[in-house]
Amino acid sequence: MSTVAQDQEIVIPVSGMTCAACQSRVQRTLQKTPGVTDATVNLMMANATIAFDPDTVSPDALVEVVRKSGYGAELPVPDRSAFDEQAARDTAQQNEFDELKRKALFSAVAGAVAMLVSMPLMGGSETVHHGPVADPFMQWAMNSLTPPLERAMPWLYTIPTPVLSWGLLALTLVVMVWAGRHFYTRAWAAFTHHAADMNTLVAVGTGAAFVYSVVATVAPGVFIANGMMPDVYYEAVIIIIAFILTGNAFEARAKRNTSAALRSLAKLQPKSARVHREGADVDIAIEQVIRGDTVMVRPGERLPVDGEVLDGASAVDESMLTGESRPVAKQAGDRVIGGTINRTGAFRYRATTLGEASMLAQIVKLMRDAQGSRAPIQRLADRISGVFVPVVVSIAIATFTVWFVTLHAGGGSPGEAIVRGFAASVAVLIIACPCAMGLAVPTAVMVGTGKGAELGVLIKGGEALQRAGDVTTVVLDKTGTVTEGRPSVTHIALATPSVIDDAELLRLTASLESSSEHPLADAIVRSAKERELRLQHPEAFESVTGRGVHGVVDGRAIAVGNAAYMQDWGLDVAPLGASVKERAEMAETLMYVAVDGAMAGLIAVADPIRATSRDAIARLRAMGLQVVMLTGDAEATAKAVAAQSGIDRVVAGVLPEGKVAEVERLQQSGQVVAMVGDGVNDAPALARADVGIAIGSGTDVAVEAADLALMRGDLIAVADAIELSRRTMRIMKQNLFWAFAYNTIGIPIAAGVLYPVFGLLLSPILASAAMAFSSVSVVTNSLRLKSFRAAA
Amino acid sequence: MMLSALSSSDWAVIATGIGAIAWVNWYFFLADAGSVVVKAAGEGRQEVHIAVRGGYEPSTIRVPAGAPVRLVFDRQEDSSCSEELVFPDFGVRRFLPAFEQTSIDITPPEKGTYEFTCGMSMLRGRVVAE
Repeated sequence: MSTVAQDQEIVIPVSGMTCAACQSRVQRTLQKTPGVTDATVNLMMANATIAFDPDTVSPDALVEVVRKSGYGAELPVPDRSAFDEQAARDTAQQNEFDELKRKALFSAVAGAVAMLVSMPLMGGSETVHHGPVADPFMQWAMNSLTPPLERAMPWLYTIPTPVLSWGLLALTLVVMVWAGRHFYTRAWAAFTHHAADMNTLVAVGTGAAFVYSVVATVAPGVFIANGMMPDVYYEAVIIIIAFILTGNAFEARAKRNTSAALRSLAKLQPKSARVHREGADVDIAIEQVIRGDTVMVRPGERLPVDGEVLDGASAVDESMLTGESRPVAKQAGDRVIGGTINRTGAFRYRATTLGEASMLAQIVKLMRDAQGSRAPIQRLADRISGVFVPVVVSIAIATFTVWFVTLHAGGGSPGEAIVRGFAASVAVLIIACPCAMGLAVPTAVMVGTGKGAELGVLIKGGEALQRAGDVTTVVLDKTGTVTEGRPSVTHIALATPSVIDDAELLRLTASLESSSEHPLADAIVRSAKERELRLQHPEAFESVTGRGVHGVVDGRAIAVGNAAYMQDWGLDVAPLGASVKERAEMAETLMYVAVDGAMAGLIAVADPIRATSRDAIARLRAMGLQVVMLTGDAEATAKAVAAQSGIDRVVAGVLPEGKVAEVERLQQSGQVVAMVGDGVNDAPALARADVGIAIGSGTDVAVEAADLALMRGDLIAVADAIELSRRTMRIMKQNLFWAFAYNTIGIPIAAGVLYPVFGLLLSPILASAAMAFSSVSVVTNSLRLKSFRAAA
Repeated sequence: MMLSALSSSDWAVIATGIGAIAWVNWYFFLADAGSVVVKAAGEGRQEVHIAVRGGYEPSTIRVPAGAPVRLVFDRQEDSSCSEELVFPDFGVRRFLPAFEQTSIDITPPEKGTYEFTCGMSMLRGRVVAE
């Protein structure tokens, strides 16, 4: 049927269904609804899947049908992915910048024209008839520009004053209506909501100056009758609008830059993938890739999705996600991440996580959420922002009142009193800049978290950032953090080198151990495989708990175990004495090997310290941090690892609960503690610490419990993270200081507090330039974080 | 300057100034910007439409504590002031595309006032759970 093809399908979440009866009632009601061709209600999933004819019934009507049947229903939220949201935001910001730039340019040109045209109005032969020039900037411009202008454009001074005034009025109106319209419409919209923002200040300031000028132009008699000259301030209105638009344009561009890191992450996602389908390799859109697809990548290509390598080998550049600059070798069984770049070889891999679940999407989401959080340091700024504009308007009214009364009662003319008071209150409105305060912290959080992502440090929010900046003690979990977290063979010593060599000893031991499930056995087997030794299946195998194993390989009797086990066999470990002593000092585990009843050698196994740990710990200490290592291992092992990695404080033999207690103990002694760990049993300590840092390859639980997640598995990233947090906090404090200082100094000067002593008044035009500069400077200061380089 | 030197016009300006300041503070801080009450009617998630245009309307939303609420923000302008919505208690910072509706689902866990603001804390609204 042709109608079937036009059917749409929708899934509507239904709530309140508790039993099968509820389920069937909803289903029956839906099925009876005209336009519905099929409806299935799923009790477990709490939703209804409905096929319907969109010409007959709408999704909204279907929701209504379910609601009428007594259950809750709603249309699913069309969830915008982090990528889409970033794209929408980018477009909006780009449009905003383009529009502001156009308007600012137009207003600047109009401002220049207006200033020229104003010259004859203020200066020239009529000067003596005018009242005091309220704007010191215009007075300066008039004094310095009038003589050359009169020489260059004498005709300008022959145009009658009313013509100039009306011309300026028209030009100002065009600027206000076209370039500055949003100030007025937005101010009005806010006003109707009992709210006030930056637009309110600009609109009231320029609006007042404009209305004053219009009255002076249209009905100059009103002014003259009151002993005032009908002066106009059109050029000030236009130039103020030009300056503020210019500032806003710069601000928009700078704000766009603050999310550059997020944008470049979103761009990592390739649009298509080459997969194996129905016997052929086809290029398909990324959305069509399904879990289990076999994906092909060639050298130089970006990996489209997350997955697990099936065959082939290559080196993959993961620096964009982990900050690790060296390409990572990949072979069958290894995990690969979508968005990273395949460098050397071609390989095939199986797609595992897709879409919103993919690593890249998760990182983008995490960053977006982080940028949505607030740093506690922002609270004061927030509180001030909330009351800022009405308070500034109040100050402006008070400014006018004080100026008027002081001048008038002091014997001045009402005209002078009004003009002076008016100029000062307009300057107050224009110079006040709530934006600088609002931008101070969020822009720093944006750039700081973005920089972190570039370095492979995911900071979960402003609060985490702030606490990380205050850290005094770094607690490191030993296994998997300071060390690789996987035991491996570090040394092989032979009792009689003429009888057997390293490789043979390892081959025999590994063959026997391949039947064991002990973690140390795994290290030996892995080591043998890395050396490409051919392992035999043991002909006999027996394990003695806590001692060792023995059996037969290639017809030879092999025994592997600790010193006590060797004694059981009546063997002396003395021939290996020198090696034993040396290895034991390194806290390595020694496995003695006897072959055919004679002591053959030993294999030392240890969890090796990460290559970067020593440097990283030295750097942490150089940053003034106390470094403590926690481990469940015995004292001797812990001490050895600590000595090799340069840690001075060790707490050994702690259980997972003990880790929490140790963190608490440090906190009680006044330390701000960062806990670094990787495993499930670290999660409680990560959560308890002031800052939980989950390190590389960490488990999901650890990442969940942590405030910072490191994409790299080395401690250098810990030092980077803390240093970056400190830098970001410094920038925030500078920004806040500047924003507060700017307003607390600027507003009183604009109001004229310096006038009685220094005769200093601020021109509204200069005030607008200062205002435009202040928010741009805050954002620019935040952008300095982009140049953050992790010290080597 | 003595108070006696003030003329009646000076006093008039002072009185007007004080009156204007009082009115500004009353208007922006005390006057009610309108609220909407969401009743716990029926099962499921309640939906509230909030117009975003120089502010939030309604700016106070009263909901039952513990019940899920969907706030549909309808941004009817392209002023960059309102482009972001921040809901600190729920860890939400969302970009609101201009002239589009953006839904945010929250469940106020307990009685109290949960404030939401624009990206720069200038525009404010609140969800009062009771």
